Amino acid sequence: MRAAFPFTAIVGQAEMKLSLLLAAVDRRIGGVMVFGDRGTGKSTAVRALAALLPPMQVVAGCRYGCDPADAGARPCPDDCRKGAKRPKAETRAVPFVDLPLSATEDRVVGALDLERALARGEKAFEPGLLARAHRGFLYIDEVNLLEDHIVDLLLDVAASGENVVEREGLSVRHNARFILIGSGNPEEGELRPQLLDRFGLSVEVRTPGDLADRVEVMRRCDAYERDGSAFAARFADEESAVLAQIARAAALLPEVTIADAVLETASRLCMAIGADGLRGELTLMRAARALAALDAERAVEARHLARVAPMALRHRLRRNPLDEAGSGVRIERAIAEVMQAPGPRALAA
Amino acid sequence: MSERDERAEAAWADALAVARLFAADPCGLGGVVLRGPPGSARDTWVEAVRAGLGEGAAWRRLPVAVDDERLLGGVDLSGSLAAGTRVMARGLLAEADGGVVVCAMAERMSAGTAARIAAAMDAGAADGAAARFGLILLDEGVEEERVAVALAERCAFRVEIGQLPRNGALALDPLRPFGAPPPEGMVSASTSLSGGGGGEADGGRSAPCLAACGQEGLVALATAAAAFGVDSMRGPLLALRAARAAAGLAGRDTIADEDIVLAARLVLAPRATRMPAPPEAETVGDAPDDPGEQPGDTPLPPRDPPSDAGPPPGDPDAANDPLADIVLEATRAALPPGVLAAMEAGRLARAAGNARGGAGALKKAVRRGRPAGTRAGDPRTGARLDIAATLAAAAPWQRFRAAQAAGGLDAAPRLRLRRDDFRVKRFVERAESTTVFVVDASGSAALTRLAEAKGAVELLLAEAYVRRTQVALISFRGSVAELLLPPTRSLARAKRALADLAGGGGTPLGAAVEAAHGVALAARARGRTPLVVMLTDGRANVSRDGGAGREHAQADAAKAAGLLRGDGIAAALIDTAPRPRPETAAFAAALGARYAPLPRLDAGAVRDVVNALG
Repeated sequence: MRAAFPFTAIVGQAEMKLSLLLAAVDRRIGGVMVFGDRGTGKSTAVRALAALLPPMQVVAGCRYGCDPADAGARPCPDDCRKGAKRPKAETRAVPFVDLPLSATEDRVVGALDLERALARGEKAFEPGLLARAHRGFLYIDEVNLLEDHIVDLLLDVAASGENVVEREGLSVRHNARFILIGSGNPEEGELRPQLLDRFGLSVEVRTPGDLADRVEVMRRCDAYERDGSAFAARFADEESAVLAQIARAAALLPEVTIADAVLETASRLCMAIGADGLRGELTLMRAARALAALDAERAVEARHLARVAPMALRHRLRRNPLDEAGSGVRIERAIAEVMQAPGPRALAA
Repeated sequence: MSERDERAEAAWADALAVARLFAADPCGLGGVVLRGPPGSARDTWVEAVRAGLGEGAAWRRLPVAVDDERLLGGVDLSGSLAAGTRVMARGLLAEADGGVVVCAMAERMSAGTAARIAAAMDAGAADGAAARFGLILLDEGVEEERVAVALAERCAFRVEIGQLPRNGALALDPLRPFGAPPPEGMVSASTSLSGGGGGEADGGRSAPCLAACGQEGLVALATAAAAFGVDSMRGPLLALRAARAAAGLAGRDTIADEDIVLAARLVLAPRATRMPAPPEAETVGDAPDDPGEQPGDTPLPPRDPPSDAGPPPGDPDAANDPLADIVLEATRAALPPGVLAAMEAGRLARAAGNARGGAGALKKAVRRGRPAGTRAGDPRTGARLDIAATLAAAAPWQRFRAAQAAGGLDAAPRLRLRRDDFRVKRFVERAESTTVFVVDASGSAALTRLAEAKGAVELLLAEAYVRRTQVALISFRGSVAELLLPPTRSLARAKRALADLAGGGGTPLGAAVEAAHGVALAARARGRTPLVVMLTDGRANVSRDGGAGREHAQADAAKAAGLLRGDGIAAALIDTAPRPRPETAAFAAALGARYAPLPRLDAGAVRDVVNALG
């Protein structure tokens, strides 16, 4: 396999790159939905991020990707560590699972291993894509065309971090913690709002409108195709800088604090745009905290909120089909209002 | 030679140029969407690619209904059952590594298969095995269906193929060496490929060409892509690869201007979604006025790009043109006839967006809905295996099969299952509906009527995710009925299509009913339940042939209404006249439509009428 396209070599698309970094720093943010036209580098960015992350340690041969260091975890259905404190480990790349549109429930959650059941009469579970995606990324291109019941199921597992299978006489549960990344083109069918709401962040990408950017995209893709490894080497420093930034941020994350005033601003913002439910506030808070950690700061400030608010709230606006204003505009209006209003503390920030 | 023949031959020469480029780098160029009826032209073209690939390159045909195991590789179910151990099979895509996959009837391919192939193309691998291949998607192009966008997007070329040109010299000799001059009288695009002598197709393929591209070339492609509304970056990137393949075929080690021009013409032109803003005043009149004819009218020089790296002699202006302008002009000249008209309606790119394959409606019923018994079938097509029924089907044969296998393996399976035993569950699902709005945009009341119809469409779509409704909108005025919004569930798309609606003119009611009928039948063919909702005051005054005259027009409308009714399509007619007249009610009866006079029209009321019916 040739070297993956470097994450830092992607031209522009700052918001998408930031959202992916935030999701990588804090999984609890709950996935990213990328809206945009074809050929805007959506899947390139996601694949690049997965390839950028350092390889992970896995219990040798485990089909469920168990972490050897996590001795307290519930044993996987295969009981791969067999009670050992320090099981034999192997190194694997962070999984990147591409979920095809017509994926059946069997293939996603796993199913009875037909071959073993029929040929040997054993009742065995064959893990599905969710098990493969554990500790990595699950990417669904055109998630708006995916069957609704599969989307429900995915979001449910993504939120709980656990896949529970109760069917065909099987009763299996295993860990499935992954970053769910969806992409889609709203012109080809809408996503139900209640599903959209369960994605943590939502970003909109466009093809670069600027000719210089477009030429730069072509130049880089061209250089990458002509000599992938030389191209990757050119970006090696930047890649390792991003890698270190993610690692540092993840370590710093538990120490990042949020002042009450900032929390209040977050709530006020959510109220101003009329976001339903509390998921908006929670995501906004987590994303702002992850951003502060990425910036190597120990306290979340109002400007962090302002930067992540569009991606955390864009898809939670109450829909009004007769309102022409785009969601981005409405959020920016609300930010402007709320950030003006509050006390001097937030303003100073 | 007539102009038509010339055009056909130029198109055929282009098609053969595509075949050569594609054969030089099938994996890099992604593929070719070949649209046209099956026949000798298509076969000749496919053979040209195969010949260009040379010996030993993989060549696989992909059946339209292929299961995952065959496509990507996996457990060979029947083999495993027979052998009693796990037998793995290589997937078709992995087998085609380094070669070409040919898909017949690609327009009928299911969205799922298309998505898997697209993912394999992106990753260069299928289920862990290397799978770098080029696609030939044969699209018979008869119906509205199109090749899945996910695949078309990843293919560098789109070729329309009709008949072999009458002067079939090129056709009969697809293997003509690359440098050979074209037969006399032929307009040949491939002359531009004939630079160096040493550029053999095989050489280009075995060692991937690494010809470098100057800044000017990159800018030219990016500019042309932007000017023609090719938003996806895949367009210019694939064009760059095509230019590189052309340079390789010509034996150059840098990409020349003519390679860029050729690539723009073959890759970017078919992807165009709009015309570039005209640089000079004189072209302003040309483009919109004469959309269908323009490419044909353009004199031949632009079709035949400068063959020796430079502008054609005798054209003093062009001598100063930077490459970008030459590329723009060549791309413009290569736009297929009729494409401009479609662009003006802004429908080209989006019409393709809906091609999800006819199997969609059927496929859903495989997995969801109310259980409706079991039948024999292959569980790998996505159906749920009914284990109890499968065992029951296998049970009576166990003794016989055991006897048959006696003396074979000693590790014999306890249960002997054959492929025929498999039973899968069946489900039936309630059909989803498609509401076709037919809005009278004629006369003075047009604007309010249109505004309210637009509001109703948006209200219906806003709740479409609950009711799983699709909505389409036809507007009629003057002498024609126009499908403004093909059936969709997307609010974003509807908003864009409905942004500016024109009103005024005559009332071609007959044409409107006919158009609605067509959309409704297409929806039904996709397994949906159509519902036609007309908003009109019912006064037809333009007949289907465009002639005026109230009586003829009304007879026409009544006839069309009878046909619609004959197909049993549910309909509603909302009478928007200030004072409802009995004739309109009669017309509703002819349609077999529910009649609802709504003199004070509003979007909410229209929505309620539709909901009451649906």
